[in-house]
Amino acid sequence: METRNPTAGRGVRGDPDGPTGTEGAPIATSRWDALATSAEFRRLITAKRNFIIPAVAFFLVYYFALPLSNGLAPSLMNTKVIGNINLAYLFALSEFVMAWILAAVYIRRANRVFDPLAAAVRRLAERMGVRA
Amino acid sequence: MTPTLWITAVVVAITLGITIWAARQTRTSVQFYAAGRKITGWQNGLAIAGDYMSAASFLGIAGLIAFNGYDGFMYSVGWLVAYLTVLLLIAEPIRNTGKYTMADVLAYRMSPGPVRSAAAISTLAVSGFYMIAQMVGAGSVLHLLVPSFPFRTAVVVVGILMIGYVVLGGMVATTWVQIVKASLLMAGAVLLSIMVLGHFGFNPLRFFDAIANVVDKKSGLNFTQPGILYPHGKQVALGPLTLDKSVVENVSLGMALIFGTAGLPHILMRFYTVPTARAARASVGWAMGLIGAFYVMTTFLGFGAATLVGKAHIPNINVAAPKLAEFLGGGPNTLGGDLLLGFISAVAFATILAVVAGLTLAASSAFAHDFWMNVVRGGKESESEQVLVARIAAVAVGIIAVLLAINLPTANAAVLVAVAFAVASSGNLPVILFTLFWKRFNTLGAVAGLIGGTFVSIWLVIIGPGFGLVPAKNPAFPLANPGIVSIPLGFIFAIVGTYVGELLGDRRARAMYPEIEVRSQTGIGAEPSSVEERVPAAV
Repeated sequence: METRNPTAGRGVRGDPDGPTGTEGAPIATSRWDALATSAEFRRLITAKRNFIIPAVAFFLVYYFALPLSNGLAPSLMNTKVIGNINLAYLFALSEFVMAWILAAVYIRRANRVFDPLAAAVRRLAERMGVRA
Repeated sequence: MTPTLWITAVVVAITLGITIWAARQTRTSVQFYAAGRKITGWQNGLAIAGDYMSAASFLGIAGLIAFNGYDGFMYSVGWLVAYLTVLLLIAEPIRNTGKYTMADVLAYRMSPGPVRSAAAISTLAVSGFYMIAQMVGAGSVLHLLVPSFPFRTAVVVVGILMIGYVVLGGMVATTWVQIVKASLLMAGAVLLSIMVLGHFGFNPLRFFDAIANVVDKKSGLNFTQPGILYPHGKQVALGPLTLDKSVVENVSLGMALIFGTAGLPHILMRFYTVPTARAARASVGWAMGLIGAFYVMTTFLGFGAATLVGKAHIPNINVAAPKLAEFLGGGPNTLGGDLLLGFISAVAFATILAVVAGLTLAASSAFAHDFWMNVVRGGKESESEQVLVARIAAVAVGIIAVLLAINLPTANAAVLVAVAFAVASSGNLPVILFTLFWKRFNTLGAVAGLIGGTFVSIWLVIIGPGFGLVPAKNPAFPLANPGIVSIPLGFIFAIVGTYVGELLGDRRARAMYPEIEVRSQTGIGAEPSSVEERVPAAV
């Protein structure tokens, strides 16, 4: 674990136009530290990470496979599948389907799993008296 | 050409009506910049689609496919998949932590002065290049479709209209102009796609038989095959590696599209117009459905123009779609041909207007909100002064864009858009990602990433092929798409800057990380929708 410099920047809202605006007392950073290390918040972060990191890795690999195979294996990609419709075109079309499905899966997961977990963190913040 | 002018006039009249209506509800800065954060998820989805399906993608991709076949379609694929980056990594945290601009998110952790100034520079660079590309495109297309309309007049008309929308109606007008435009564009694309398929008896196989009969003279490839735009077989040396140029160009283009979209200030700004992160998420879902459907249809528009009209009968790459419409309506100088050409031209004109309005708003907010209000005035400006400065900035941005576009009539619009995406992906995206997800990231890292990424991408395009009017024979940088070099460099600048900053004792950004981490992921303290207020009837 890393240790923080206990004095630097603590509780100072350096940006006069930050999202809290000018109203409200500055919140001590230690409160945010406590929130960030709370079990509720870690549950949210773990759930999100376990979904988002594999999802990003998957779509990057799937996407870049298309230009790479078009460039490296043009004769394979020119294989005709149905009539004159070739593998290159079908692969390109499948990118659209992949993007739609992944987006739908993420939105569903976020609405059903991530949002309730985030709401639990917000309730904890209220109990801790974090006035944002 | 009368139908073109009439239909365009009707579309413009509708958008002006929207602007007058919107002006009545644009008094405060949150209304001006973010439409009071009251746009719903699906409305914002339509507006994102409207913002994104620019002249470059509507006219440009149709033309690229009509002239180069399959390779043009790669743009469509990249431009949709790019929204996964936006959806999974950027949209919700941005909504949760920002107020009006990209820099708001950075200023949370960093010293506001330096990062806001640096972000204003990169935002002005992205929006500026993008805007000039749109206006040059607008001018040349209008001139081509209505020959009595000189290029300069066309650019000035576009400029006056876009300044009008933004100055009077702010984000409310801009959003609704984009919604109208996106609906028209989808309707136009569906209509043309059905008509194209109708020509082939609604049999996709017959359509593809026709596409396979179109052969590129230079490469001998037919239009269903990859490799026409970026030919195979040429080698390119990148540092110690020698690679096939076609592969490198395609991957590099893909990187700029995939990582650039999430760094476009005018797209990021749209997430501030919705009430919650959940609505931001929903709006990306809507946008992906619409944008994806549209880009699938570019196949019918582009290949339709290639098979039915033919490259020889398309005078300019940007008018493939309008020429296709004219053909489908019954050919030149028929009533049907004129009507359909008029409709598609009006849609193209509305497209350009909506996109430049969004860009003007992004550029003026970077100046007025980030630079003027927060750096120069130290955040001590009154509400009314802020809106006034924003309006003045929008007028100034608009006039500068018109002057630049008038003097660059022969500039290559595609190259200008490539610069915009290179800057967004190399300058903005690394810094946004690190701000949200990297604990050690600090002010110097952010400034180094923004400034370094911005200048390196502009420089690589300038010394690369295709920047001049005559393509350079032996450019100092071999690639038309600099992303594969500039994006890693952008990340490296940000990382090196961070470590140097640490050596110089910058600890504030790190101490602030738990706060931005919690806020960005939970929405605690996120900016609320503006409170309903009584607005007097008279403006």
